[in-house]
Amino acid sequence: MNMNLSSKMSSSPRELELYFGPQHLGMVGNFSITLKVEGDRILEAQANPGYLHRGFEKLMEYRTWIQNFPMVCRINVVEPDSMEMVYAMAVEKLAQIEVPERAHFIRSIYLELARVASHLFGLWAYANMLGFDTVAQWAMYHRDLILDLFEELTGGRVYHIYIWPGGVRRDFPPGFKDKIVNTLHSIGGCVPDYDSTFFNNRLFYDRSKGIGQLTLEQAKQWGATGQTLRATGMPYDIRKIEPYAAYDKVDWDVPVREDGDAYSRVWVIRDEMIESVHMIFKLLDAMPEGPVYNRIPNPFKWKVPRGDVYVRCESSRGELGLYLVSDGGDKPYRVHFRTPSYPHGLIILEKLLENASIADVGNIMISLYVVAPEIDR
Amino acid sequence: MKEKTTDKKGSFLSPFKAVNYLFKKPRTLRYPFEPKEPALRYRGFHLNDWEKCTGCGNCADICPNEAIKMVEIPEIEPKPGEKNDRPKLDYGRCCFCGLCVDICPAGSLRLSRDYFHIHFDTDTFAFFPKDEKTDKEHFLGSEQYSILKASLAHRKENYEGFTSDLEYSLFEPQRVSMPEVPPDERKLSFIEQIIGYSKEEAKAEASRCLECKLCEEACPAHLKISDYIKAIYEDNPGESLKKIFEDNPIPSICGRICMKHCETACSLSIRGEALAVRWLKRFAADSIKDYKTALELRAAERTGKKIAVIGAGPSGLSIAHFLTLKGHNVVVFDSLPGGGGMVRVGPPLYRLPIEAIDKDVNYIASLGVEFRFNTTIGKDILFEDILKEYDAIYLGVGTTASRSTKVKNIDRAHLALPFLQANKIGSGTKVGKEIIVIGGGNVAMDVAREALRLQYMQHPGEKVITKTVSLEDWDEMPATKEEIEDAKAEGIQFNPGWGPKEVKVEDSRIKGLLCVKVKLVFDEQGRFSPTFYEEKQMFLEGDMIIEAIGQAPDFSFIPEKLFEKLQFTAQRKVKVDDNGMTTIPRVFAGGDIVNQNLDAVTAIADAKIATEGIHKMLSGR
Repeated sequence: MNMNLSSKMSSSPRELELYFGPQHLGMVGNFSITLKVEGDRILEAQANPGYLHRGFEKLMEYRTWIQNFPMVCRINVVEPDSMEMVYAMAVEKLAQIEVPERAHFIRSIYLELARVASHLFGLWAYANMLGFDTVAQWAMYHRDLILDLFEELTGGRVYHIYIWPGGVRRDFPPGFKDKIVNTLHSIGGCVPDYDSTFFNNRLFYDRSKGIGQLTLEQAKQWGATGQTLRATGMPYDIRKIEPYAAYDKVDWDVPVREDGDAYSRVWVIRDEMIESVHMIFKLLDAMPEGPVYNRIPNPFKWKVPRGDVYVRCESSRGELGLYLVSDGGDKPYRVHFRTPSYPHGLIILEKLLENASIADVGNIMISLYVVAPEIDR
Repeated sequence: MKEKTTDKKGSFLSPFKAVNYLFKKPRTLRYPFEPKEPALRYRGFHLNDWEKCTGCGNCADICPNEAIKMVEIPEIEPKPGEKNDRPKLDYGRCCFCGLCVDICPAGSLRLSRDYFHIHFDTDTFAFFPKDEKTDKEHFLGSEQYSILKASLAHRKENYEGFTSDLEYSLFEPQRVSMPEVPPDERKLSFIEQIIGYSKEEAKAEASRCLECKLCEEACPAHLKISDYIKAIYEDNPGESLKKIFEDNPIPSICGRICMKHCETACSLSIRGEALAVRWLKRFAADSIKDYKTALELRAAERTGKKIAVIGAGPSGLSIAHFLTLKGHNVVVFDSLPGGGGMVRVGPPLYRLPIEAIDKDVNYIASLGVEFRFNTTIGKDILFEDILKEYDAIYLGVGTTASRSTKVKNIDRAHLALPFLQANKIGSGTKVGKEIIVIGGGNVAMDVAREALRLQYMQHPGEKVITKTVSLEDWDEMPATKEEIEDAKAEGIQFNPGWGPKEVKVEDSRIKGLLCVKVKLVFDEQGRFSPTFYEEKQMFLEGDMIIEAIGQAPDFSFIPEKLFEKLQFTAQRKVKVDDNGMTTIPRVFAGGDIVNQNLDAVTAIADAKIATEGIHKMLSGR
């Protein structure tokens, strides 16, 4: 923590300017917040992105349609998969590529696995921040079990580079269905342990109840999506509203809470994980046989027809959108991502930090589920 | 789950349940003592089978990070149609996406399950991937391998991870099938067998090209194949034709009968079907009605030099075209009534119609080339006179004399070339009901398939048979697979591995051919020297025999004194220097009398060399 007495700047001699991050244990990545504090109370907060700016949107204008496919995933380190999904969806829509039925199911299963892995990572961050090291380590371990599944399916643990235009890159390896079921059962078997040590823990309740509270109106106005919005009582989920992949092929619910505070947000994350696991089981049962990939045109000659398209999907953090423009060439003309962490980390975070205490900065930020690389791109 | 969930404040004591975990075994691996085996599809360091790798460079082209560079390895002797470039990986850039694996046409590039490399020297991070087949030093068996030493130079053998799968490849291994007249229909007439691609089909086929240009190396005339294929893909056959004409002025002919060395080299052919380069050339030529307006080629300023080209075959036509563009006056002599030389008389109408030949010839004539057809050198005009009158002479006379087996009574048999010529541009031949064709090459296939058509036309409704007999067995038959398959589909019978012994004649009528079983066709040195099992004999019935066992050149038009000066190589070919000039000054040569390939595109290649040679000589450089 970097403390800076800027007496000239502040109106009151009791005011301090406090730099929170980017090198800070409680930080969500290369991201920082400048806090104006008086005592323990935050008067004003300013989010400072930019530490992770890699210029992906510009870089993508210089790479062919297929060369962008291994790159989009890098925009969100924690859950690269929905990035692959929006890119594939956008290109498929522009180039009018059909996706085989089985590939839709594999995509949904894979995205739900990614959601669980991402939520477990989020749970690690949140529990760790609150000092629940044991629970944090469990979450990390269970996430690793899902990464093992990814490794077996795609060959990569973190960057899977798996959903590409036309379908998915490889079919399930032999016996993979059983492996998914076994892994999810062993994680699901630990839910009572998680509940008793964390979710039904009085300490968690006391530290998160009423913290970072958001009303439905505020959430809508400030562009909240995902858990942040669903924790205020609105069952808003792109998977339901605009079903993609195979989300309309099985029955599932959108977990919702009413209070809009950190407590509700973390509970929504928990319920979503459980819902995702149930959904994966249903998808596995309903999954048809058949091809999983419709070959895209020769990548060295592939030109995507002129046009623009906006597609969106529900990432583990909220609504992820992609605006893609093609001028009919072999590379995108313009790429723009609408990432959920952008309003969460820049607008809502600043608003919620006003009048909060310094000790709750991490609490609010991590409960908003901010991923810094998504903001910078 | 829309019902309102109630908050569970819980007890301060509930977390103590976690105490149980104190008595459980830890889940973490004690790495490296407890190793973790990566998944079978793991995307780790690269493996490359240097023997399979063709050096095409597609991996380097697709790499999003420019982590792959193709580097020439001088120690590698490239196989025909391949390069001795090999990919060099820079692990400072590689992101292990595996696109290089999915684009590799040879399937030589794979990813392994290795992922350890620790070194103080950053140069070690750039390296040439190999595999245990080609690098035994750095790939170790499980006894010698230790994870504590794991690096790019200390790797486990048989540790393949993410490998290529044709079903998920980034290239299309299947060719757009060419519409053809079915065998039962085409064998009844001389209708052209290949219908030709439509615009959409041609575009789809052209889109398969990976632009690695291995074909351009393999093509004797080095056509800019990848460029003209790309122009077809971009819906611009005019541009495509321009690119073709830079190196080949007879696309309508070559688009039908080229021996397509390019397709043999095509990197798509390694695990799939080669790009249909020949049919695409044909498409470009056929879709342009008028070459002249499309090409906009104009001859350079006249030089006043006169060049005589003897023979209007592929090499003669080509050199006439190239030299005219350079401003020289070219006169082409040919004894036939039209252009094309051997391709005019040889390939039957169902393969190469006369109109397709004349399209190319007429265009070349329109540039100002003077053609003197029906003119035989040595008879209508003397070679000595030409030598006096012209500044340079190009011999593109080809091999026009048919060889014969010289067995008993063979004088009763027909020879291949006169037979083909009579049917293509002459009055035709009367054929029998049971024909025996001697030979196993492409000319023999032409003769047999043509004979079959004539049988159906002359003996409608009757039972007719055409059979071939060849010294070579199936696997060594010199005809292309395609021709053999087409002939089989039309109902031609094959007798491979038999040699002719005697033509049986009764009452001055041919009864058939007595054959003996072949022991070996070639001797130990690989020279043609057939040996037979004299006791194993077979009698083939037939009322007509045609010999198609090869051709030889006919130099009788050159006066003896000059002919003595003409030197030949050990392969009995006319000896030419780097400029294409023979041992007679001012006389150049090319085509079948010079090269071993005996095909049109090599004749064009010879013509290109001689064009430069003649131009250099005439412009005094």
